[in-house]
Order: sequence, then structure tokens, then C-alpha cells
Amino acid sequence: MARFGMVIDTARCVGCMDCVVACQTENDVPTGFCRDWITTEVRGTFPSLTMEIRTERCNHCDNPPCVQCCPTGASHVEPFGRTVQVTANRCIGCKACIASCPYDARFVHPKGYVDKCTFCLHRTKDGKDPACVTVCPTHCMYFGDLDDPKSTVNQLLTSRKWHTLLPEAGTRPRVFYLT
Amino acid sequence: MLELTTTRHNPLIDPSLHVWGWEIPVYLFLGGMVAGMMVFAGMAMLKTSKGEDTRNFFSLQTPLLAFMLLNVGMVALLLDLSHPLYVWAIYITFMPLSPMAWGSWVLLIVYAILLVSALIRLPEAWPWIGRTLPVTQKASDWFVCSPARMRALAWINIVFGVAVGVYTGILLNTMVARPLWNTSVLPVLFLVSGLSAAAAALHLAAKVFGKRPAPQGMISGALAALGQPLGPQPPAPHTAESLQRADIGLLAVELVLIFLLLIGLVTSSTSHGAAAGLLFSGKYAVMFWVGVVAVGIVVPLVMQLLEMSHRIRHTIAPAVLVLAGGFALRWVLVNAGQASAIVSAAAGR
Amino acid sequence: MTALSRRRFLKISAATFGAGAAATQIPPLTHLAHAAASPREVKTVATFCEMCFWRCAGIASVRDGKVWKFEGNPIDPQSRGRLCPRGSGAPGAINDPDRLRTPLIRTGERGKEAWKTATWDEALTYVADRMQKIKGAHGPESIAMLYHGIGVRFIQHVLKSYGCINMAGASFAQCRGPRDVGFNLTYGQGLGSPEPTDIENTDCLVLIGSHLGENMHNLQVQEFSNAVARRIPIIVVDPRYSVAASKARYWLPIKPGTDLALLLAWMNVLVTEGWYDKTFVAQHGTGFDKFVEEIKSATPEWAAKETGLDPALIRTTAREFALRRPASLIHPGRRVNWYGDDAQRSRAIALLNALLGNWGRRGGIHIQNGIKVAGYPLPKYPTSDKPFADNPNGEKYPFADEQVTTGIREATITGQPYPIKGWFVYSSNIIQALPNRAETLKAIDSLDLLVVVDTVPSEIAGYADVVLPESVFLERHDELQIGWGRRGWVSLRQPVVAPPHEQKPGWWIAKQLANKLGMPEVMPFNDIEEYLKARIEKSGWDWAKLKSEGVILGDRKPTTVEEGVQIAFETPSGKVEFWSQQLKDKGFDPVPKYTKHEEAPAGYFRLITGRAPVHTFSRTQTNTLLGDLMRDNEVWVNTATAAQIGLKNGAYVQLKNQDGIVSNKVRVKATQRIRPDTVYMVYGFGHTNPALKSAYMRGASVAGLTTKYKTDPLMGGTSIHSNFVTFTAEA
Repeated sequence: MARFGMVIDTARCVGCMDCVVACQTENDVPTGFCRDWITTEVRGTFPSLTMEIRTERCNHCDNPPCVQCCPTGASHVEPFGRTVQVTANRCIGCKACIASCPYDARFVHPKGYVDKCTFCLHRTKDGKDPACVTVCPTHCMYFGDLDDPKSTVNQLLTSRKWHTLLPEAGTRPRVFYLT
Repeated sequence: MLELTTTRHNPLIDPSLHVWGWEIPVYLFLGGMVAGMMVFAGMAMLKTSKGEDTRNFFSLQTPLLAFMLLNVGMVALLLDLSHPLYVWAIYITFMPLSPMAWGSWVLLIVYAILLVSALIRLPEAWPWIGRTLPVTQKASDWFVCSPARMRALAWINIVFGVAVGVYTGILLNTMVARPLWNTSVLPVLFLVSGLSAAAAALHLAAKVFGKRPAPQGMISGALAALGQPLGPQPPAPHTAESLQRADIGLLAVELVLIFLLLIGLVTSSTSHGAAAGLLFSGKYAVMFWVGVVAVGIVVPLVMQLLEMSHRIRHTIAPAVLVLAGGFALRWVLVNAGQASAIVSAAAGR
Repeated sequence: MTALSRRRFLKISAATFGAGAAATQIPPLTHLAHAAASPREVKTVATFCEMCFWRCAGIASVRDGKVWKFEGNPIDPQSRGRLCPRGSGAPGAINDPDRLRTPLIRTGERGKEAWKTATWDEALTYVADRMQKIKGAHGPESIAMLYHGIGVRFIQHVLKSYGCINMAGASFAQCRGPRDVGFNLTYGQGLGSPEPTDIENTDCLVLIGSHLGENMHNLQVQEFSNAVARRIPIIVVDPRYSVAASKARYWLPIKPGTDLALLLAWMNVLVTEGWYDKTFVAQHGTGFDKFVEEIKSATPEWAAKETGLDPALIRTTAREFALRRPASLIHPGRRVNWYGDDAQRSRAIALLNALLGNWGRRGGIHIQNGIKVAGYPLPKYPTSDKPFADNPNGEKYPFADEQVTTGIREATITGQPYPIKGWFVYSSNIIQALPNRAETLKAIDSLDLLVVVDTVPSEIAGYADVVLPESVFLERHDELQIGWGRRGWVSLRQPVVAPPHEQKPGWWIAKQLANKLGMPEVMPFNDIEEYLKARIEKSGWDWAKLKSEGVILGDRKPTTVEEGVQIAFETPSGKVEFWSQQLKDKGFDPVPKYTKHEEAPAGYFRLITGRAPVHTFSRTQTNTLLGDLMRDNEVWVNTATAAQIGLKNGAYVQLKNQDGIVSNKVRVKATQRIRPDTVYMVYGFGHTNPALKSAYMRGASVAGLTTKYKTDPLMGGTSIHSNFVTFTAEA
């Protein structure tokens, strides 16, 4: 069974937020909320500067604290692709998952349940990439099966330097940032 | 220098996490108190089973008081939920890795325990029901007059009391994302704080309600039973003292645990150190040092020591301060904890 | 609830524990959010975007009668199938709660926002009546048009048929005009839209002020990203550490206003070291020796004093791009109207590219190809004896090859060479687009008629006599897009959904107006589909196929010398003019000369401006999707400067310029990413029309602070970086 992950080339990412808008429309995300976002990290002192631009979202971790703390199983690992999903009509809105996420990837949907990036499950089930990956004008996003040695994502991870977010949290995130 | 910007502006999440408001500290406080009361009730039941003082006020209506407080706590919890109509979803499954699942099922059982523990004393608190429905008196005697059953009930109270007392601490403890909570001192701290709050609450109740006899009527008796959980007998003189001694010990232990909490945070990772910083300086420092440590622990500790050695008069002030401090502890930890986050290791340069 | 019996309790726990500890216990149900046993029906319609001038073709998806999303069209050469965030956010323009809904006629004073709702008939009758009055008293030339975008096509056609001759887009004098004039003087042609920059194949890219990535010129950003991935050396010259600068091998944090010194020094190095393309110069250049003489003194050491850059860095970067020629590109930029000598600065960029010999070369400036599309028989326009009001007989701005918006404004104020009494403004927020708002308002005061066609209640709409609401691009047809690029193409715009209120497309407005003006014959088709279909079929293409696919591609033709193109130059000499006689003849420098621009007064900082990737000028702030991504702008202040003045990051402050104009409050972004002597704000914010509810007073308006400006004597361009600001406490 596949294990989906994402690889993002931060050299290419310009932080244009196309991924944010595409997700909004594709997934009917309510205005004022977002499932993905752009983070910039600037280091140094003028004029010796470096900057990393990242598109971030739920990392669909291999060791997800949000799944472990959920009292109803609403937050669960979906067998198809082993992504982390939320079943809205099992969610009680206790928000433990929100507090447990080191990436602040989740939010309370206006309808009351907890929402977040789904890696566009409805698209991946049809063999398509998530909306953000599909729209990106700089082609900085890659999506695929981390358990397939021949997948593009794996090829990138073996040929380029990369880092994940907050590896010290022990969550084993599945979104990788090429530097 | 690091400049970090994000475009995310999700309500309750940004700029700083704040998904849990007053409801959770209220529940944690009341839940902790209930846990402590169950432990005290259990200890009193053990004494009863040994034949001592069968009408000891701890074991009388403490479970009933705990039952009422638990209801208030559960209402607070329900109010916190953002999708409350689905709360039943907890009870159609069991998630063994979720401390909240454990707690939810434990609380279900606790309700049963509290009801049983309270109902066996009902005829004494509400003499009318004992007279009118002799079966209640019989049921009561069946328990109270059997040392084995009292012992069993006592240990059930103690074990589940401890479970309630620690599970919320474990729940917070497991959240690696919130470094302030990510310490194994927390469950013990919550338990001890809960015991201390329970002692203070019972002490308060003992002082306030102690001297009134139980009304004999149906309605008045029922209301009085709810309002004065201490039955027809005034508490024995040594009761307040024993509570005070217990509280002194508990407060001292609490102080040590807070000390260990801070030491642990400061000597763990950068993130834990930054989290401790929220308590040392910043917006939670005053509430923590003044509200929790000084007013909530040190002052009542000293006052009770002085009261014990009869240097100052015995008042309900220490009890009230302990209760205030207990709530303040929960409030500070819940709020500061949400504000704490993992600081990226590469941040400093 | 009664106590659980021990038996029941054990049964539950056994069942649940037995099912496996770590895995979920119950199969997840369908997500409520994506419920549906069967997927909802989705219809797709091809069209092309109007969120900016790039006009990428796209495919709109309609679900439940609403536009669900707008995505790229894979065969579109402008975008290669991926839209930018503005395109992706286009559905938000439909839902914009502030968008114009019905025609409005002013009832109170201009600018007081007192309106009465009118029918189209009433509104257009009003307009036609006033137009006839002006024509009767002054002639049709006294009605001018200020516009932007492809949607103006038919309204412009009707006005031209009526005899109007004064028509200008801000994109000339307030944007790319100086660049095209500078290149025209050098190579005999401007660069047009989009610029034919072969970033895809270049071995070295130099960006001067261009901030690709924040500036979303779709294909260029894609090619720029590929260039970054290819790890070619990128050199960025910018007072600000832009996104592009962060991906560059060299960032030159140049002192604003001194770019021409750097360009001259670079040329000096190339000539001195012999790193320029001698063959190209010999074969295609003229006036080279005189040019060398003129730039002799522009050494890196001299430039270092002006620019604040290290002379060694100037040499190193020159070497980087020179030795990779001809596949080496100095990007010409686009919005180049900075300091008032911008045509000459652009000419310097043209000359530097000429030294690299990259005209028509792979990795340089490629040759553009178009596509032939049959026309539609329309009556000829009347001729006029009168000169153009902005630049009569080309005397004021000798090298302007388009009309100058600010020139028309000036003519309106002065009444010279003849009165301008009416303005037709189409999709151009003149109040934010032209410098010195006060002059614009003064001009408006002398008008007998101000008509604004727009989709949102822009500032200029607030001053109109008549506001005509146009439907957004997703709701309408427009003229065919005929594209020029590596290959030509045609794309079709057709409605995806109907407009929600009384909004109408430009062509319909034009037709009704033509009728009212007694010229029905100038818009002879009943429905624009007739017009479009006729043109397509006459060109030999399948109309139904175009409606379905959205784009017709032109033939692949050579775009570079490498592919066999013969380059030719339509300058007076027929060669690349390193030294320009025609400039000398008009009294201008035949080779660009550096002039020191005004410095900031003590305590003031130069205000520079630029773009954000999610907005287009001042017209997308109320788009429900895009407005949410970026609600307001910030003022970038160097961290050390901020500390010195006592400004805290995230605090609100007001900016006051050298003329005493005070801005709306704006949030401080204290950052290392900008020079200590410069401040930066994204353009288009600080809206003052309260009808733009979600954008009103959000952020500060750069346009509002642009009261001082220099006019380029060659072509009338107006400078946008000539103002200095200081900080005042938030009122």
C-alpha cells in the first residue's frame, strides 16, 4: 500500500501563494481559514542574508500525535496512501489534536469539526496530484509514494539535500524540503 | 538574526494558539478536586471498614459533593467542545493511545462509583428517604456494615480517584508540541494539587456547614442533604486538624513538584527552556509567582503551620487561598502551555 | 446512567482491545466536507484570464451553477497550463461583495459618493447626451479615453468612430513606456508585452529592480524558477532583498537612483576588458567609437561612490554576465518609471545587452512570432485636423510613440492645446495610477463628463458622473487575444457564468452607446459571438473547436539566430545605435549620461514600491480570495533604522512625505531585507473609497504619497520613486 509524501524544492518556491488559493477553491475552505500557507525564514544581517521560502501544511506524519490523542478515532490514518484524515462526523471538537500538533496545521472549521490539509484525498484517489502541487507555477512541489523507490519523490530525496520541519518533535513528518 | 513570517492567520491558532479558554482550566480544577475527594473518601471508607468512626464525615457525603462538582466540570467540558452534538462518538469506541479516551471512559465509571458511594449514605443525609423507603436503609447497611465491601469500595474510590487525578496531567504531558506541558512531573503535580484542593474544600465545608443538624422533612431534607454534605453529625474536632495536616504536607509536596517542573524545563531542550521563560517573565509570570506560588501555596502553607502551632487563629482563609491557587495553577498552565511551542533548533545564529 | 455491570464492561474492553491496539477501531466514514456517494457534476469552460495583462488561457470549472475553480489551459504558451495566484483567485472576483452591481448616476458633488441607481438606458442616455454637447461645443477630440485591458476594445472603437483621438493607457507613461522608447532608440523597436526574454535558455540573468516571484509575470516566473534550478548565476540589483535576490548568486543592494551609474560602469568594464561581442558590434552597430568615448569616465571606482557598491563586485558581476554571452541577459524590466530619466536608463540596458550581442540569440532577447487573424469589416475612423492634446505634433515628448496619460491630464487642466471636457475611463483607477492625486482631482473639476467603466468601486469611480458596471472576465466575451511570443496564438474569452446583477460586458456597452450616439453601423453585429466566429472562420479555423479548447496555436517558427532568423534593425541607420543621432538632434544625450538624483532630506527615507504576487495594482483587494491572502501592505524599514527611530515591528505608523502629505496608518515590518536609507511598500493599498468595504483604509497608499514626480523629457514618463517619507506617530 502506498505511503504518500510531498517534496518541496525551496530553491524554486517564490512564495506566491498559488498553492494557498488553489487549496481554497478546490476544497471549499472557508474565507479567513487556510490549510496551507507560506513561511519565510530570513537569516543574517543586512546585506549578508539568506532566505528560505516554504509552502507548509499538515505533514501527514508517520508518528502522528494528532491521531494518537484523538478520543473518538475521528483523526485517523487512512489506509489509502496512509495519509492523516479527519472524519468530520466523528469529531467532537475537543481540540486536543490541535494542541498536539507541533506545526499548528489544524484549525476549527466554522461548522465545528477540526479541519486540515487532506493531501486532496478526493483527487489522489483518482490518480491526480493534490491541487497545490498541480497549480504551482514554479513546479516546486512533488507528490508521490515514499515506499516506491522509483518514485520522483524518492529520487529527489536521494539526490538533493533536504530537511523536515521540527524533526526533534519525533513526529516523522512526510513533507520534505529540498534546500 | 532570524526573521520568521507566516501568511497563516487561522482563528484561534494565530498569532498564538488559544483553542482552550476558561472551560478547560475550570474542568481541570474541578476534576482534580473530585479526584482528591475520591481519595479522601476512599481513605475514610477504609477506616470505616476497620470499624473506626463509621459516620466519619469524609465518607458521608463527600462523594455527593464530588458528584455535584463533577457535573459542573462536565458542563464546562461540554461547553468547550466545538462539535458537541457528536460527543457520543467517544463512547462507541476505545482509543487506547488517547489519554482523553481513557479519561472519558474512566469518568463514566467514576460517575457510577460516586453515585454508589453517595447513595449508600443517603438515608443518613436525608432521613426522610430512610424512613419512607426502608429498602434504601437496607441497601445502605448492606454496604456499610460489611468491612469487605467497604474495603472494596474504598480501593475503587482511591484507584479511580488517582486515575482521574493523573489522566489530565498525562493528557497534557503527551503533547510534545507544547513544551511547557511536556514534562512527566505534570501528572503528579495535578494529583497533588487536586488532593490539596480537595482537602481545602472539605476543610471549608467542615467549617461552614459543620454545626447544622439534618432537617427531617422530604423536600427540606433533600435540599439540605445536597446543600450540607455533612449529615446530622458535626465533624469531630480532630477532623479539621487532620485536613490541615494533610494540606500542609500536600502543599509542601506541591512546592517541591513545581520546583522540579521548573528545573526540568530549564535543563531540557531550547524549547522547554523557552517555555519556562513564559513563567519566569512575560505575561504569565505575575499570575504564576503571585497567584499560584505565593498566594496559592506559600501563604496558606505558612498560615496553616502557624495555625497548627496556635500562633494565629484558625480561619477559613488558607482554604480559600488554596482553592484560588489551585485554579490559578490550572489557568496558568493551560494558557501558558498553549503559548509555548517548539522553537526550531536552528533559530539562534 | 446506572453503573456498568462488570460483565458488560469486560465485554466492551475485550472487543475493543481485541481489535488491535494501535490501529483505528472503526472504519472512517465519508468526510462530511467531501460528502457524496456520487461526485457532483462539473462543467468546464475555456476562456482567458484578465487578472493581469499576461492574459493566460485557462479552464474554469462550474459546479452547482457556481465557478468552483479556474485552472490553467495546458496548451497556452503564456502559462504552460499553470495560472498564477491571481488567476487561481479569479472566482473571488465574482463573489466580491463590494463589486459594482448597477449603473449609477451621481446626484451630489463629485467625489461625495451620492448616487442614484439607474437603468442602462438612463445611464447611457445621460452619457450620450453629454458627449453630444461636448462634441457640439468643442469637437469630439475634447473627449479623451484613459484605459487598461483588452475589454476596452469595442468601447474604444465606438469612441474612435465618434471622432475621439486622445486615448492613453497608464501602462505607457506610468509603466513600460520608458523601456520601449529606450529600446526603440537603440534597436528600432520596443519590447512589447510580454517581453521576449529567453530566460529559459539563458546562462546568466541580471535583474535590475525586477522582482520576479513577487511580480507574477507568469511565464517569466516559471522560466526564472527553472533558471534557479539550473543553478545559472543570477545577479539582482535592488535596494531590497527581494525573493529574486534571495535566489541570486549576487545581490547588489544598490543605492536607489544610481542604477544608471552601475550600468555605465558595467559597459565601461566590458569595453575596457574587451569582454563585449566584437563581431556583433562590427556587424550590426554604429557609433561605437563615440559611445566608448562617452563612457570612458564611468569606471567602477566612480560608480562605487555613487551606488555604494564595491568596485570589485561591479567587475566580478560584469565578468559573470559578459563571459557567458550571448546567452546572457540583462532583463529590461517592465515598470521602469522610477526617477524621470528612465528612457535613457532603459537605453543603457539596451546598450548593455547590445554589447553582449544577445539580440535574437538563444538565452538573450529572442525574436517574437505572431499569428495572422482575419479582421472583421468595420467602418473606417474619421480623421481629425487637431493634434493630440498630450503631445501636440510630438513636440513636447519627441520620442513618445503612445499617448501620455499625464499629458492628457495636463491638457485637461490647462485647456491647451484645446479643452478636454470629457473623460471615458475604462478599468484604470486613475486616482491610484497617476502621480500627484491633487492634479488628477483638479483635472476632474474641469470636466463636463466623467464616465467610469469598472468592476469594483475604485477611487476613480467615486468621482464619476456615471458609473457603468462591467461584468468580470469570467462572465463575458471579449475581443480575441492575439498573442506574440515564441509562437503566436489566439485565445478566446467566453462567459463561464452569467453576471449576478446588472453588470454588462464592454462590447454590449459599446453597442448600446453606438446606438445612442446615432452610429449603429459601427457595431454591426448583434452578438459578439457573430464577430468572433466570423473572424475565426475567415482565418480558416474551427469555431466549435476553439470554443471547446480555448486556444489556437500558431505555427512554430524560428525565434533565434541559432534557428536561422536574420536580425534587422529599424533604426534610422539600420543598425544598433550605440550613439544616437536622433537623440542629439532633439537636444538629448546621444549616449545615456548619469545624473545624480535628489537625496532624501534629513530624517527622511526614499519610498520605493513594487508588487505582491497575489494582487494586481489596486483592483484585487476586495476579491474574496485574494483579499484574504493579503489584506493590507506593510512598510519595510531596515531593522537598525527602526531601532534608531523607535519603531517596533508590527506597530502601526503613519508616513509623511516631503510635501506634508500624511498616509493612512500602516504596519511596520522591521527587516534586514532593505537598505537602511530606504523604505518599501507594495503598491495598490490604502483605498479611500468607502464602498470598497473590505479594503477601505487598509494599509497605506503609495500613490497617495507620490505627490512629487519628474517627467521624462523624451517620452513623458512620470517617476514613481521620487518621494521621501518620514514617520509620524499613529493618529
